[in-house]
This record gives sequence, structure tokens and C-alpha cells, in this order.
Amino acid sequence: MAELFLIAELAGRRVAFPSSHVESVVDVGEIVPVPRVAPAVGGVAALRSRVVTVIDSRVALGMARDTRVRKRAVVAAVEGHSYALLVDSLDDVTPLECQSVGGGVALDSAWQRAVCGLVERDGEPIPVLHPAALVPGANAALD
Amino acid sequence: MDDLLQEFIAETRETLEALSGEIVAWEAAPDDRARLDAIFRFVHTVKGSCGFLDLPRLEKLSHAAEDVLAQVRDGERRPDRALVNAVLAIVDRIGEIVEAIDTGAPLDHSGEELLIAALAEGAAGPAPAPHAMAVAQRAPSRSVRLSVDLLDRMMGGMSDMVLARNELSRRLREQNVDPAVEAALERMSATVSDLRDTVTRTRMQKLDALFSALPRMVRDTAAELGKSVTLAVEGADVELDREMIEVMRDPLVHIIRNAIDHGLETPDERAATGKRPNGRLVVSARQSGNQIIIEVADDGRGIDVDRVIAKLASQGRDAAALRALPEKARLGLIFEPGLTTKDAVTAISGRGVGMDVVRSSIDQIGGRLDLDNRPGQGLSIAIHVPLTLSIMSTIVVDVRGHRFAIARQAIEEIVSTGGEAIRIDRLGSATVATVRDRRLPLIDLAGLLGLAESGPGDASPMLVIVNLGNGSCALGVDGVIDNEELVIKPAAPAVMAAGVYAGQTLPDSGLPMLLLDCAGVASAAGLRFDRDIFVAEDTEADEPEEPAVPMLLFDDLDRRRRAVPLVAVDRIEQVGCEQVQRSGGRLRLSIDGRLIPLFATGELGADRGHVSVLRLSDGTAECAYAVASAVDIVDHRGDIVTADGDGPIAGVALIGSDPVEVIDPLWILSDLPHTVADTGLAPLCLIAGEDEGWARMFLRPLIERAGYRVATRAAPGELPALVLATDEATEVPDIGVPVIRLATRPGRGDCIYRYDRATLAAALSALPAVAAKGAA
Repeated sequence: MAELFLIAELAGRRVAFPSSHVESVVDVGEIVPVPRVAPAVGGVAALRSRVVTVIDSRVALGMARDTRVRKRAVVAAVEGHSYALLVDSLDDVTPLECQSVGGGVALDSAWQRAVCGLVERDGEPIPVLHPAALVPGANAALD
Repeated sequence: MDDLLQEFIAETRETLEALSGEIVAWEAAPDDRARLDAIFRFVHTVKGSCGFLDLPRLEKLSHAAEDVLAQVRDGERRPDRALVNAVLAIVDRIGEIVEAIDTGAPLDHSGEELLIAALAEGAAGPAPAPHAMAVAQRAPSRSVRLSVDLLDRMMGGMSDMVLARNELSRRLREQNVDPAVEAALERMSATVSDLRDTVTRTRMQKLDALFSALPRMVRDTAAELGKSVTLAVEGADVELDREMIEVMRDPLVHIIRNAIDHGLETPDERAATGKRPNGRLVVSARQSGNQIIIEVADDGRGIDVDRVIAKLASQGRDAAALRALPEKARLGLIFEPGLTTKDAVTAISGRGVGMDVVRSSIDQIGGRLDLDNRPGQGLSIAIHVPLTLSIMSTIVVDVRGHRFAIARQAIEEIVSTGGEAIRIDRLGSATVATVRDRRLPLIDLAGLLGLAESGPGDASPMLVIVNLGNGSCALGVDGVIDNEELVIKPAAPAVMAAGVYAGQTLPDSGLPMLLLDCAGVASAAGLRFDRDIFVAEDTEADEPEEPAVPMLLFDDLDRRRRAVPLVAVDRIEQVGCEQVQRSGGRLRLSIDGRLIPLFATGELGADRGHVSVLRLSDGTAECAYAVASAVDIVDHRGDIVTADGDGPIAGVALIGSDPVEVIDPLWILSDLPHTVADTGLAPLCLIAGEDEGWARMFLRPLIERAGYRVATRAAPGELPALVLATDEATEVPDIGVPVIRLATRPGRGDCIYRYDRATLAAALSALPAVAAKGAA
């Protein structure tokens, strides 16, 4: 059955988030860094009256930190807390069918942990990321 | 009290509604233990609250029902239909009375005795409940119950509004606007602030609301039991989610009643065990990490785990299995339903209902209970509740341009490191700050948070001294920015994982800020404190310790470890071997242009070229004692076992676990040919008292300047010209010489305060001995 996916761009590749797990897509304001936390935690930022924890998705996926300032983020609630997952840009929101990744695709461990499926848009396979899987310490058990 | 009554009414009403299902189910299956427990807890809670709120009628009813239900729980009675009916009639009656209290309508006592009588074994069923009064109109209540979600949305909206206002006023400031617009904005600002306070209060309440009733309750409970209890309440101004306060009320009351009833002994028992007659009860609230910890600590008898197990065994549990449990689990047995270690049931507690109720309500809110049991010395129960929301007065500090909030409650003081009373020292790998006379571990926040490269090298300009409940430490910060009331919410687990934050907040600046958890910071910095709230009392009770004798521990030339009283050592020096010669039949050391005798127990090891010597002196004579190396200075308490025979060894002391020979500087000095200082002709000032070493060190220059020579003992046959007693207590035999007596504290009558140089110098010069010397 088709479900809505958010297609975003991240470090030159496309990723998809199931829209059922996404609250909104925003541009976050100033990010206040938080010392002594996992490298993937970019800091905290205000989202209107709420405070969200900003996740640097690149670092969470085992890639190098991007030096350019990124503001676009996918906001998702994980275990009762709001997280803003930084992405480069938002591409599209479209109904697609989620398939299993299947064997034969060698993903490194960070990706392997995050990817929970595959969608195909115009023939292009796009990995589906579960927001919880990008949050350090969160239980990535996929539902 | 009205508030409490209102709460009691609302709560009883709610519980009754929830219980109605249970009651029906119990009626259908009277053997169902879970239902029985639920009803039992209800009547027990009502009983507890009634005693507290002074509602004797309700108390009587609930007590009677509780008695019967306890018998059922203990298996002494079967829950037959008559009994179930009688209990239900009482539960109904409780509901009616509660409604009557609320409306203020009179409700006659008729039938209540009958209801109680109906509980008795073999009694006829209760008369059909007189329902005539039951349907009294509920008074139009001035309070409403709202869902927490609704309040949250209101609070969220309020915060948005504050931020929008800030934005608006910032924009308006940027351009010149009509003063009328400004005035309007001003008015709106004020309204928004007021409104925010009001809205916040809908969610928040000071813990005081929970604590204010405690003194009265403790007093009454203690009086009822013939005990006397001193209550100390700390941390009442923490503001908490009302939800949490509500949930904690009953558990707290139960725990305190239990502490007074089971924990604290009667004054006689306490006196017999050497405790002060007043039991101590400390109820404190503090915030730690993302939790509020409410702790109830008593100095009573603690939990007798064996008795708990014996009691459970008598109820059919396997004692051996219980005993095999780990310690924590064994303590946890007090939370078993139906347990009491009291042999006699009192009106206060002793039915074992309290603790299982306590645990289930704390579990409900995701909290936990920690027990710290010290048999014979007391029990402390800590209720940990998750911090969902709190308003805290905070101090905002700057650490390398980053802002952090610290709870005002935790801060003792803030000092600038430039101040004179502050010194900062490196102590091994650690840093300590000495603030006036207190030495505190210093944590450099910039270093700890990884915001500075080197960290400890550059001193922070400000120190925030925080109390961690069980100790204090100083946090080095770059500046203090502001103090602010902040709404603190829990931070995401990914942030809390750092272990140094207590929550996050969004101040008016619109930039999120983190609240530091001082205890977490201290533990991240590796500080450990042993918590003991009764320290002050314990030390008072301690016997005064015998004064320690500081000893210098050294390795002697013959490879033995020996010690010498530190007071005999003037200093430790390295001398070249060429300074040591054997002349006149013994070793002599040439030093400071003089020759002094050198005592050595072995070869000096001339190949090394130098040797360490201890310069020993008793004030008149001096000598050197060659050692391999000085090891340590230790405080020795206890005996020195005297050595057999005469010689350089005075005796043996147990230092640590090793017997160590203590050398006798007096023997060594008297054995050596003295190089008596050329003050020999001056009149002798004899120093007497415990602190002779101190006096010799500090007072000698002053006394010598006054024309005396200083010694701690007179040569045989010599009469001192003056005796200087170093403290008030030293006994000086009357040998017909003047005595100057020093005092360790100022203002002691005819004594001279030991640091009062001027007076001492005047007293010395006023004595005739000097005049005599002057004449000679």
C-alpha cells in the first residue's frame, strides 16, 4: 500500500522519511551547541515556544560534518521529544510504496542501522530512514 | 487547611468513583485479594487523611472498616456476604459524609454506630442504608478540574506570545515610533507578563504546598505516640508540576507517619541507646538531574530486616528464599502488601498498608524509591520523581561565551577569584579553591565542558560555590550574566546522556539554554561525597579526640624506617659529604659557619656526594641526624610503647599497620657534646604546655629580643627567670618565678592572647629579669 514519503537531499544523495513519523519541515533558527554530548547532536534550537534537539544527520550517518550552515530540518517526535534532523534540502512529498532493501546492498553500519526500507521514484531507489534511527541513544526499534 | 480539605474531598470523590467498580466486583468474588487490597487502601487512606484533617466521624468509620478488612487479609475472617455488605455500607457512608462536608449540609450521626456494629462477626446485616440525606445537592464548586494537556497548550501559547512580544518590541525599537504606540506596547507587555505568571501558576505549585502541613502533622502524630520529634524541612520553595505534587502527597504522609511510628523510638528507648531524646526527622527536596528527590530521613532504629523476613515467613513465605535475596531486595520487602513488623496495631500505621500504597503511587508516575537503611541509626527514604516541568529561580553564567543556568537553590555564594580571601591551588592533578577558611574542590567548567583547550591553566574570574546536598564545590565560570526565573523542561535523552544537564529552558531571549545539574557536573569531574545528613549531630556526640602528634617518617641510614616528633625537627637539609668530618672522635657537620654534632646510624654513602640531614633542636642545643630520605609527615594518635633500656630509640609507635621506631631527640641531644648557643648567659625563659613546639617556633624571636634565652626544660639546678605557659590549662608549679600565661582565644582575663604580640612584648619588657640583665 502506498504511503506518503518526504524525499530530502542529504550529502548529494536522496533519502526518504515516512511522513507518518514527521511533524513538520522547518528552517531552524540559531543552534546553541551542547557540550559533552554525542557528536551527532548538533545542539538545541528554539522552534517557536519549543526547544528541539538538533541532529546533524550527516554525522549520525557516519559522514563528515558539513561546514556550511544548514537550516532546513525535518522535525520528528521520538520517545516524546522533538528532534530536528538537518537535511540539505527538501525535494518532494509523494506517495510511494515501501519495499525491503533486499540483500546485495553493502551499507556501512550507520546506514544499515538507519535504513528501514527502500522506495522507488521514477526508477530511482531511495533509502527510507527512520527518524529514531538517527537519534543517538534512542531505541531504533522500528515500528 | 481549607485547601487540604478541598483536595481531600475531591480526591475521595474520585477514588470512590474509581472504586465503585471494584466494590461491585468484590461483592461478586469476596475472595479476590486484589479487590480487597484496593478497598483496604481506600479506607486506610481515608483514615490517614481524617486524622490529619480532624474529621473524627470519618476516622471512626474508616478505622472500623480497616480493622475488619485487616482481619480478612490476615485470614482471620471469611469475607461472607454480611461482612461485604457491612463494609460497602461504610464505604457508601464515607461518600455521603464527604459530600455533606463539601456542601456544608448537616448530616446526622444516626445509624453510624449500627454500621460499625454490623461489621462484628455474626452480626445481622446492616439496616438498609438511610439514603434520605444522600442526595444532597453538591455545592456549586469554585474549582474545576482540567486536563493537563489543555494547560500545556495554554502554556505553550503563552510562551509563543512572550516571544512574539519580544520580537515586536525589538522591531519597534529599531525605528522611531510614536510614543503612543510605545505606551500601548508597554501596557501589553505588562499584561503579557502578568498573564504568563498566572498561566504558569495553573501548572505549577511550590513544594511548600506539600510541606506546609507537615509540621502540624508530625507534631500531632508524635504526640499521639508519646514521642518527641524535631522536624526540619528543606527545599520547600522548589516549584513543581501540580500533578506531581498531588501524586506525592499521600506517599509522603505515609512515609512520615511510618517514620515516626516505626522508625523513631520513644524518648526512653532513645536515651537507653545514647541518642538524644528528640527524634530527628529531615524532609528535604532537591533537584538532581532530571529528577526531584524528596527525602525523608529519620535517626530512629532503621529497618530490622530479620523481623521483616520473620513476619513474611509467618504469612507462609519461604524464609530461606527471602534471606537469600540480595540486600536491596531484602530491604524492598517492606513494600510487600500486608506487611507490618509492629506487633500492636496503632491508630497511625502498623498495618503495613502504607508502604505498598506508597510504592504503587510512586510507580504510577514513573518514579522510584530508594532506601538507605542503617540499622540502629536511622532510615532514609528517597522518593525520586521525574521532573516534567518546574519553575526555578536560576543564575545564568557565561562559560567561554556559552550560557548555562544554575539553580539558585544550589548556589551558596558567588565570589570573584580576584578577592583577597580566595586562593586557588593545584593539588596534585586537582585544583582546590580556598574561600576564606573553606577548602573546596574546584571544577573548571570550561575545561569540563570541553569549551577551552587547556582549561586549568587560566583561572576563571568567578567561582560559583554550589551545595550538592552532601558537600560543596566551586565551579569556575567566566561571568555571571543574570538571574532569571525559568521554566525548566526535560531535555531530550540524547542531551541528558551528557550527565551534566538537568533540563532545558527557553528564556525571553528566544535562544534555548541548558540548566546544569551540579551533582552531575561534580560526578563528571570525578568528585565523590559521602552523604550523611546527620554529620553535625554525630560529630557533636563524638568524644574529643586525643591530640595528634605530628611525626616525621624517614628511612634511616641502616635501612630501617623510623619516626621523630616533628616538633624536634627544625628543618631537613641536603648537605654535601665534604661538609661532614670525623673530628674529635665523632662526626661533625660544618654548616652555617659552625660545627654541629652529626648523628648517624650507618655509613653516609660518600659515593653519592650528599646526604639528607634532619636538624634537631630543643631550643638550646642542636645536632644533625643523617637519614637516607624523609618519607612523610603523619599524625600519630595513640601510644608509643617505651623501648627497653636507654638509647636513641624512645619507643615504638604503630603508624598505619607498621610498627615504627621513634627516635628520642632528647637522648640524642643530651648524649652529644652540646654546642650551646652563646645566649647561655641570658636569663632563661622556660616554655611549658602542649604547644611548646609552636611557641618555640613563633615566640622565640620575640622572647630572645626581650633578652631571654628560650628552652623547654631547664638544665639541672638552673632556675628559670620566667615561665611561659602556652595555654590556659597548663599547670605551672609555683617556684617563685614570674609566669606569663597565653590564651588560645582572645579575651581570657589575665591571659594574653597568643597572637597579641604587642601585649606579650610589653609584658616581657615589664619583667625585672630584663632589667637585671640590663644592669649586668
